[in-house]
Amino acid sequence: MHIVACIKQVPDPSQARIDRETGLVIREGVDKIINPYDLHALEEALRIKETKGGKVTVLSMGPASAEQVLRDAIAMGADQVILLSDRQFAGADTLATSYTLARAVARLEDVNLVICGKQAVDGDTAQVGPGMAAKLDIPHITQVRKLRELTEDKLVAEKLTDRGYEVVEVPLPAVITVVKELNEPRIPGLRGMMRAKKAEIPVWGPEDIEAEADRIGLKGSPTQVWRTFEPERHRKGEMLEGTPSEQAAALWQRLRSL
Amino acid sequence: MEIRLLADKCTICGACEAACPYDAVAMGADGPELSEECTVCGACVEACPTEAIYIAGEKASPQPEPRDAAGDVWVFAEQREGQLLDVVLELLGEGRRLASELGVSLACLLLGDSVDHLPQELIEFGADLVYVGSAPELKHYRDDLYAQVMEHAVRQHRPAILLIGGTANGRSLAPRVAARLETGLTADCTGFALDEDGNLLQTRPAFGGNLMATIRCPHHRPQMATVRPKVFPKPARQPGREGQVIALELPELVPWQRILEVVEEADTGPNLAEADIVVAGGRGLGSPENFRLVEELASVLGAAVGASRSVVDAGWVSYPHQVGQTGRTVAPKIYIACGISGAIQHIVGMQSSDVIVAINSDPDAPIFSIATYGIVGKAEEVIPALIREIKGSSSQ
Repeated sequence: MHIVACIKQVPDPSQARIDRETGLVIREGVDKIINPYDLHALEEALRIKETKGGKVTVLSMGPASAEQVLRDAIAMGADQVILLSDRQFAGADTLATSYTLARAVARLEDVNLVICGKQAVDGDTAQVGPGMAAKLDIPHITQVRKLRELTEDKLVAEKLTDRGYEVVEVPLPAVITVVKELNEPRIPGLRGMMRAKKAEIPVWGPEDIEAEADRIGLKGSPTQVWRTFEPERHRKGEMLEGTPSEQAAALWQRLRSL
Repeated sequence: MEIRLLADKCTICGACEAACPYDAVAMGADGPELSEECTVCGACVEACPTEAIYIAGEKASPQPEPRDAAGDVWVFAEQREGQLLDVVLELLGEGRRLASELGVSLACLLLGDSVDHLPQELIEFGADLVYVGSAPELKHYRDDLYAQVMEHAVRQHRPAILLIGGTANGRSLAPRVAARLETGLTADCTGFALDEDGNLLQTRPAFGGNLMATIRCPHHRPQMATVRPKVFPKPARQPGREGQVIALELPELVPWQRILEVVEEADTGPNLAEADIVVAGGRGLGSPENFRLVEELASVLGAAVGASRSVVDAGWVSYPHQVGQTGRTVAPKIYIACGISGAIQHIVGMQSSDVIVAINSDPDAPIFSIATYGIVGKAEEVIPALIREIKGSSSQ
């Protein structure tokens, strides 16, 4: 089995703090980490390799500094990593990102399954997994919480829905996006960390994946950020004072009249 | 299109670095240097006090698609077991406004089997046209077939705008179709407007809700967007309103997926995403036992139970109750946050609630900055008092 996990480097959401005065996020000193959902994608890829044999390739698209998350992936046990990084990839929206990652997957040999986290916590779009599947013209399953059955050419998985779950079967190759309930990601061991430290991280540009220039980066992105602005964060809140009983009475008086 | 610098004007003040929402600007010895994360959003241009930064060149986009000046506005009419989802009606309200402003029709794409009762409902909630794709294979939602039919219908009828509810199904379908159509898709929009050229201005929270971004898709059609349930109000129904129902010509359906089982998990109370009132608890409650107070208050109010990530991680309550960036997004009429400090990842999942009540012992907790009513106090004392108040008033 050849399993591909796609990971993204994101600012650590647990370090995000709001500036009380401006209501804006404080970005200084925030570490960059593997998108939390992608850790579960990588973990699942490694578990499949361990039970069925084969290899795990990890892809990431991002700036040169994103090589760190690929080192983390090697430390966890990835066999091969590739960083998609080039000035021409910059400014990609989800369509251009889907295309770029799909081109990279197409360059790899005999891929059976591509696993992504269900979304990245910086953009929260959840669009790149299904977008990649469309570009590769293969099926996808979103929000997978359990793999029930996996063979060379078939996957049966449980996917979360709004009301419960569904059991879905798809032929392989396919793309799945996964939720946290799927597994518990491992902590890298010392040997893995040593291997990660010494590893060369291959970097692929547009020519390595035979990408069309007008389908990558800003040029390949139909959506444009037109403007950004601060949300109205501060409400004119009313503080209710007194003993707990008085506070509760004051609150109920306001709520019941709504 | 790229960011350029007039080096002689630059004072290396760092305003651009601070303003960049993408962390793409690093201040070098000779001025700002941009990394690959730059999306040419222009935040640095606006921030620069000396006008040293500007955007050069037209966006070198692919050849603009020949686009219909007067394409319609479409709403995907997701149905479950022959019932329309509320988010469809909410989108009809917003779609109606956009269609009227553009002077085009509002149409629905309805897929299913034996759904003949639904077009009239869609029309009474504002649709002018309903395209119906009916086949036994389309009875239940499936990624593969729904994507095939939606792509086919869009290529045939060329809408200018396509709005899709941000349900689990919608968020799986929309990106697949957008990628097939090579068009733009904006996730989880919270507001729409039109620019002078009739382009859809799509606003969504970015960076964990700390910034709002308005996105445009000027050269590709349709302009696609998903919207979470409860973001827009449901419009009033107009009984007897008239519209046109058109049978969709279906492409050859190529099934990939097999749905082996559909399991609806028993709800232990009101559905979190749909409840009018949510009572949520966080780490500040101190113990799993005190979390039971949250459940009791919810039960007294007929509310759904929510939770912050930390208490879900600690195992006080199960994951489906988690509210926030990595849990559910809710927008109830009343949200009561008990012992929740208000980390960003929680706030983005509930800040659109109409009324927010914060009960927390830490007067500096960030949750108070978004609260409508704030109570500084121990949740384990305030909640029982509140339950007594509610019970007392209902027995009067």
